[in-house]
Amino acid sequence: MSIQATLSADSQVLTISVKGRFDFGAHQDFRNAYERSGLTPQRYVVDLHETDYIDSSALGMLLLLRDHAGGDTAQISIVHCNPDVRKVLSISNFEQLFSIK
Amino acid sequence: MILGRLVERLGHQVYLVENGRLAVEQFAERRPDIVLLDALMPVMDGFAAARLIKQQAGEDLVPIIFLTSLTETDALVQCLEAGGDDFLTKPYNPVILDAKISAFRRMREMHQTLQAQRDVIAAQHASLVQDQELAKIIFDRVAHTGALSHSSLRYLQSAYAMFNGDILLAANRPSGEMHLLLGDFTGHGLSAAIGAMPLAEVFYAMTAKGFSLRDILIELNDKLAMILPVGIFCCAVLIEINPGKGLVEVWNGGLPEVIILGQTAELMRSIPSTHLPLGVANKQRFNPDPVVMVMRPGERLLCWTDGVIESRNHAGELFGDAGVHEVLDAYIGHPGRVFDGLLDSLERFHGSPEDDVSLLQVVMPGPTERQPAPRATAPPTRAQDWALSYTYRAVSIREQNPLPFLLTRLLEIPGLRPQAGALFTVLSELYSNALEHGLLQLDSAWKRDSDGFALYYHERGERLRHLVSGWITITLNHSPTPDGGMLQIECEDSGSGFDPACASADYAGRGLALVAALAQEVEVDGVGSRVRVVFSW
Repeated sequence: MSIQATLSADSQVLTISVKGRFDFGAHQDFRNAYERSGLTPQRYVVDLHETDYIDSSALGMLLLLRDHAGGDTAQISIVHCNPDVRKVLSISNFEQLFSIK
Repeated sequence: MILGRLVERLGHQVYLVENGRLAVEQFAERRPDIVLLDALMPVMDGFAAARLIKQQAGEDLVPIIFLTSLTETDALVQCLEAGGDDFLTKPYNPVILDAKISAFRRMREMHQTLQAQRDVIAAQHASLVQDQELAKIIFDRVAHTGALSHSSLRYLQSAYAMFNGDILLAANRPSGEMHLLLGDFTGHGLSAAIGAMPLAEVFYAMTAKGFSLRDILIELNDKLAMILPVGIFCCAVLIEINPGKGLVEVWNGGLPEVIILGQTAELMRSIPSTHLPLGVANKQRFNPDPVVMVMRPGERLLCWTDGVIESRNHAGELFGDAGVHEVLDAYIGHPGRVFDGLLDSLERFHGSPEDDVSLLQVVMPGPTERQPAPRATAPPTRAQDWALSYTYRAVSIREQNPLPFLLTRLLEIPGLRPQAGALFTVLSELYSNALEHGLLQLDSAWKRDSDGFALYYHERGERLRHLVSGWITITLNHSPTPDGGMLQIECEDSGSGFDPACASADYAGRGLALVAALAQEVEVDGVGSRVRVVFSW
């Protein structure tokens, strides 16, 4: 598991990529990725193209990010999910809270 | 002697003894920080003394430096084997001696710090484990109670699954329907136990008061959203089994699909999760509408938590939905064996009994298998004499179900309490008749097949949401009789009525037929917008 955060050149979009298993072990790193001081992006992208597994605590972490980014006004897209990951997200109906592509 | 003075001059306090035995005795008495031992001494040599001193020191680090003129490797090895930490060869070099003593002092300090930290961690760990155990005891008691012993239910909840935040609740509504909740909290131990409390409390209290699944869902979601921190939530399936009407309601928020099997165990329907888990969405976003379906006696409903589909074998492969459906296909024609078959297959797949599984099966009972309402043993007290009337207008009809309130009122009368089930059934039949046929103008004829049912309940939800006018009045008239009492319930609505003649058709009239069976007198006025029921005991 490794987590990488990159800010777009205009500082508007923060992309967080998760590699490997996205579970409780990623908790601190995932939080650090968006809580670093001084970051005020308009939009967030969670890139899961190298994520092979996601569990319910990761869903909780996504909710924490959503809360951090403004709750109902948050603009967060979750992109490049493999079918297994996608399934976990849709069982919990996270399409209603995130834009999943 | 020379050595003693040398060490003293370096600033340390020195106790001198002549042989190994005295060294051991002095050690016990003075507990020095470091021991310098000659290998060869009278009475007891250095090797034996070192062993005894190390034994006494126990976990404490007491460095032993051997002083020796021996230079053969064998002898030096012997020093180390006896527990010596280092040696110093004669003649003594004060600089090296000082360096060694300082080095061992640092090592000793480090050892003490480590020991202290270890003790703190061990103490904290012990209290953490104790907290977790307490949480588990509480969680187990909360998560595993209610009417689970009912003959129509079978379930398995492994110990590990329970600690992982799986929860299974069952309770009966006063009117005989059964409510079930299978849930899976994110997080485990303490956080799951904290969420389970209000969940169970709300579920039991509201079910006992006769609230509908929808009302309970709204309250559960509200309560969990309020108390649980963001990121902790509860995936859940809520079910209402209504044997009297042959209906089942299912709401699935975040759990694997719920399966309904026919009388020969053929797959009839699966209900995937279409809602956000409990505790995630705010009031505006939360959708509490369950799916309503016809379920005949002998048909069965199966649901499970993700421990089942996420079970892995030794090769790391997932059991998955495919695994479940393979098993279900294999048991077509053997409905009684599906539950055990599923468990067996999981165990064979996993290699050992899967320990993170919650599995529930409900077989629809026949209408006659309804649990009889408990009878009071004490003779009823004399009834009071009063009447009251409530009128509910569109806005309150849209937003709340008045029945639990009315029932609570009625149950305050001691003589009526044993009749709670029958009373609630009568009240709710009258109210839904008035609402569905009077105000919402729904046609019972739709309810002839299962597609019709779905349409009926979909329309009911839609029309109710958009209801802007109309009213329902419920009048309760209560009077004493020589042996008990009499309650007259009158329900009138502003709608144009329905044709009571067609109410005798088999589907549409079930509500009124039920009322007629429970009450002493039922009277429907010409257009069907006013019904009067007499209930006595």
